[in-house]
Amino acid sequence: MQDDNKRYVERDRNWHPPAYAPGYKTTVARSPNQALVSLQRPSVSELSGPDFRALRMGPHDNDLLMNYREGQGQDALPIGERVIMFGRVVDQYGKPVPHTLVEMWQANAGGRYRHKKDAYLAPLDPNFGGVGRCLTDDDGWYRFRTIKPGPYPWPNGINTWRPAHIHVSVMGPSISTRLITQMYFEGDPLIPICPIVQTINDPDAVETMIGRLDMARSRPMDCLAYRFDLVVRGELQTYFENQ
Amino acid sequence: MQQPNSVGTHDLMLRETASQTAGPYVHIGLALDVAGLPERDEEIWNQLAKPEADGEHIEVVGQVIDGNGDLVRDALIEAWQADGQGQYQPAFDLQKPFNSFGRTATTAVGDSEWALATVKPGAITRGDGKTMAPHINLAVFARGVNIQLQTRLYFEDEADANAVCPVLNAIESPARRQTLIAKREEADGKVRYRLDIRLQGDGETVFFDF
Repeated sequence: MQDDNKRYVERDRNWHPPAYAPGYKTTVARSPNQALVSLQRPSVSELSGPDFRALRMGPHDNDLLMNYREGQGQDALPIGERVIMFGRVVDQYGKPVPHTLVEMWQANAGGRYRHKKDAYLAPLDPNFGGVGRCLTDDDGWYRFRTIKPGPYPWPNGINTWRPAHIHVSVMGPSISTRLITQMYFEGDPLIPICPIVQTINDPDAVETMIGRLDMARSRPMDCLAYRFDLVVRGELQTYFENQ
Repeated sequence: MQQPNSVGTHDLMLRETASQTAGPYVHIGLALDVAGLPERDEEIWNQLAKPEADGEHIEVVGQVIDGNGDLVRDALIEAWQADGQGQYQPAFDLQKPFNSFGRTATTAVGDSEWALATVKPGAITRGDGKTMAPHINLAVFARGVNIQLQTRLYFEDEADANAVCPVLNAIESPARRQTLIAKREEADGKVRYRLDIRLQGDGETVFFDF
């Protein structure tokens, strides 16, 4: 028997985007018709999850300015606005989530992804791959160095554009806390007209996805900083076995 | 003056960061080789069990199919399973023979199958004494999927255990329980289980909230 004597705060399915959100056309054929089956009694299968502290990371895994280069020498840096993206992973009670895996991926400054399937006419950047990963530290902080991605058009409406965004993946303490989201950049006028952002019904929920310019963490003559805290489901601290 | 105990729940706790689709380029971040990117020293991928791992070695495969019957070729799947003894191994370490966590993806070309190389998980007895049949937890991420779809894969040749599994029995429709049962195949001396994940419509896979 394995310990399943804990619970997470219920995931609010009205806060997250619904599976069927027809403004984002691809959801129409990819959304279940049937209701989710709620597990009234989650088990170790749902309450546990991987711990990645032993995953060996490279020295530049969280530095997208340095972790992909086809060019040579000091000048072989990606084109674009240099930014630090950082933040803290906390749970819904504000408790830091240490040593958890944060992964991210993004387009280059022109809005082009380094992916076999992306054929957008903006060019690839020979010195930009677009992937990063790190573990949060003892206090739940993570940090990446990158360039600000560009917006890009995509086939949804006739003229639909994604706001600049960075995809962010966080594991948290268990598979119940697993979350993939996107960070948008404060003030981007494309945010409110994006069909993917608009899958979310609550404007407060959209705010949770917006990285904030943080001048105090920026570096003079070097780079700006955007703070993006991630909140994962909280573990109930006063859970008593029902027996 | 604020009345004690009157503050709404949401003022006492933070709201979860909202989910967004992993999009069509999820591979850049989570499946580098599929995107065409060079892999790093260590990647999280689909070999949960090395040859020396204890247990019955199996391959688990399937397709992901949308509501039109078309293949979903850009799905990323995460797997979480117990070892052959029914124990989860949370400490992920590629030096170990077995890891409970892995990732796989459907493919842009060909038959678009995802695949895991693993061992058959053992049954798990819950805190209430009820025993869950051997299963693999799967989470599906894809373009057009706004938040991951969570399901379980069970094994056709565990009929007795499946019949009393409290999670399978929590699915009201007996017919729908069958959407989680992988079919056993044997080929080239290997045991392979196949489960197609149907996102919508006829034979729609059961997805869980937990």
